[in-house]
Amino acid sequence: MSTATLDHAKQAAAAAEAAAPKHAGLLLEFETPAALMKAAEQVRDAGFSKWDCHTPYPVHGLDRCMGIQPTILPWIVLGGGLTGCTLGLILQAYTNGIELPVSLMQAENGVIRELLAPFLPSGYPYVVSGKPIFSIPANIPVMFELTILLSAFAAFFGMWGLNMLPRFHHPVFTSARFKRATNDRFFISIEAEDPRYDRQRTRALADGLGAAHVEELVA
Amino acid sequence: MSATTAPAAHDAPAIDSNTWDDPARRAPLVTGGLGFRGITDGVCGVVEAPQPPRAWFVAFGASLVFLAILGLMLGYLIITGVGVWGNKSPVFWGWPIVNFVFWVGIGHAGTLISAILYLFRQKWRTGINRAAEAMTIFAVICAGLYPGVHIGRVWAAYYLFPLPNQMDMWPQFRSPLMWDVFAVNTYLTVSALFWYMGLVPDLATLRDRAPTRLRQVLYGFFALGWRGSNRHWHRYERAYLILAALATPLVLSVHSVVSFDFATSQIPGWHTTIFPPYFVAGAIFSGFAMVVTLLVPARKLFGLEHFITMRHLENMNKIILTTGCMVGLAYGTEFFIAAYSGNPLEQFAFLARARAHFGWAYLSMIFCNVVVPQLFWFKKLRTNVWVMFVACIFVNIGMWFERFVIIVTSLTADFLPAAWDYYTPTWVDILTFAGTFGLFMTLFLLFCRFLPMIAISEVKGVLPHEHPDLGFHHDDHGAGAGHGHAKPAEVTP
Repeated sequence: MSTATLDHAKQAAAAAEAAAPKHAGLLLEFETPAALMKAAEQVRDAGFSKWDCHTPYPVHGLDRCMGIQPTILPWIVLGGGLTGCTLGLILQAYTNGIELPVSLMQAENGVIRELLAPFLPSGYPYVVSGKPIFSIPANIPVMFELTILLSAFAAFFGMWGLNMLPRFHHPVFTSARFKRATNDRFFISIEAEDPRYDRQRTRALADGLGAAHVEELVA
Repeated sequence: MSATTAPAAHDAPAIDSNTWDDPARRAPLVTGGLGFRGITDGVCGVVEAPQPPRAWFVAFGASLVFLAILGLMLGYLIITGVGVWGNKSPVFWGWPIVNFVFWVGIGHAGTLISAILYLFRQKWRTGINRAAEAMTIFAVICAGLYPGVHIGRVWAAYYLFPLPNQMDMWPQFRSPLMWDVFAVNTYLTVSALFWYMGLVPDLATLRDRAPTRLRQVLYGFFALGWRGSNRHWHRYERAYLILAALATPLVLSVHSVVSFDFATSQIPGWHTTIFPPYFVAGAIFSGFAMVVTLLVPARKLFGLEHFITMRHLENMNKIILTTGCMVGLAYGTEFFIAAYSGNPLEQFAFLARARAHFGWAYLSMIFCNVVVPQLFWFKKLRTNVWVMFVACIFVNIGMWFERFVIIVTSLTADFLPAAWDYYTPTWVDILTFAGTFGLFMTLFLLFCRFLPMIAISEVKGVLPHEHPDLGFHHDDHGAGAGHGHAKPAEVTP
């Protein structure tokens, strides 16, 4: 019984140690976007990389104050758009204009026939109003729509992917004051994982930035 | 003009005092002197109120009744067959297609407001874009219902999509109806993505203010863990700009493609090149009319007059006036081209449209779409909520008649006189259409109750102290002329 109690106590101690709040960084609160921008410039110049500003709306000019590089998102969208356009062309050319798999399936080689038949339905070319089997003009609307659709997917999902969202847990959420970051206050968070982070010195820097409130974050 | 009588911004402006015409004095987009917190409280208050206004319950109850009617009518249709509708030779496209085009048209205002006005830097869009986008999505849902059930064999609706099947059977992509499938589905998807993306920061606001745990979890889940990070905002704004740039040609393409359904056929009265621009102008016209129809009562009911100000409504009425005149010009052009073409079938179709059995519908259309919007030339009338509400209902009716006139009159009297016949809708047609309003209003009322009707973060970004260069140096927000940003006013302590 005693060993069991001992084990239990050990486990509890280990759990308590694991659950003990770990220092995760600093959270600075500002009342105005102007104060935030001024402080952001100083944090940037101090050479931090794992830090961020949190604002209730996009504050224009803050990107420059933070030294944020332009996002690669437009290139992802270009990729999505080109894929969509090509897909639209291939889809229509294949389904309405090409009978290729049928000729494959009629091939002498039984292996190709057996492999392809279940997976590759044939296209179905037929003549409508004496028009050519395949012609680009009639296919432009669908190509256009698919270009837009896949570009929009790329923009939407690409943006969330680059932002690493959804992420439901983050040290800033442990602060009760941070709830106003989506309302009327402006915050800077500096993460303890930053290579330049030093608990005392960074705290001293933070205290000199004119923040209305500075608090330590736990994770 | 009225500039001399316009109150100064620091006079604690009354609700409707931002409609002056003096370009040297920029009108505030949010009245009542609201600061950041005032905006959050004003918008979130609607969602967080323990109970919605009584009028909401009344409207919601009525909407549910009509929604139930829609369900019954669709059930009856599917069990019995499309014979329950008034569609018969020669009018095989009756009310279902009229209503489809009507609802798709209404669904154009939202994306126009959120995308095109965004690209043109029309900052007043922030007050109305959220509700208009929601309305767009709900209208497109109502529209999408019709082709789905109009095909007759509802269980084979998947034939609309290029799905591999054992019969090697594919849709024919040379048909404009197929383009329509892609256009409308793309439009619905992109509008929904755009709308949801705009909602995320505001859902985070609701999450952080949530009075109950359930709300916190639900709003928190859909807010995706948004923490207002500027690194996120940077990509978010870029994605928003890209989506706006993509949605702009998309919104113009959707009603163009819908018009191709008609324009690429050979029916006199349909086979015209003016259709795409004419349909798009009509769609914007009807869409804005529906936005005004919905927002005039909604802003009153939920106390959002500081966000959806008289200036917003006036601007929309100006767009309605403009597009109404464009539609009127298109009606005239159609007649001119018919006369000038020398094509007797075309001439006959248009004369019959205006003078034969459906002349009453044509006259209703002209009255509602061309005559009524002329009221908006007068500032007194376009800034009067009662006048604009009634006028916009007329526009809604007129735009429905436009589609009816185009579709039904052209089909009742086509090439073969022996086949000519009058068209009458059945009670199922009428109740189904009424039912779609139930679906539309149910969705819209739920949206008003559970989601922020105003784009909170976007409105905060267009506050004057965010842009001191716009001439707001003397307001009570304390914006310093020499400094980029100043302390926001806090209305609620």
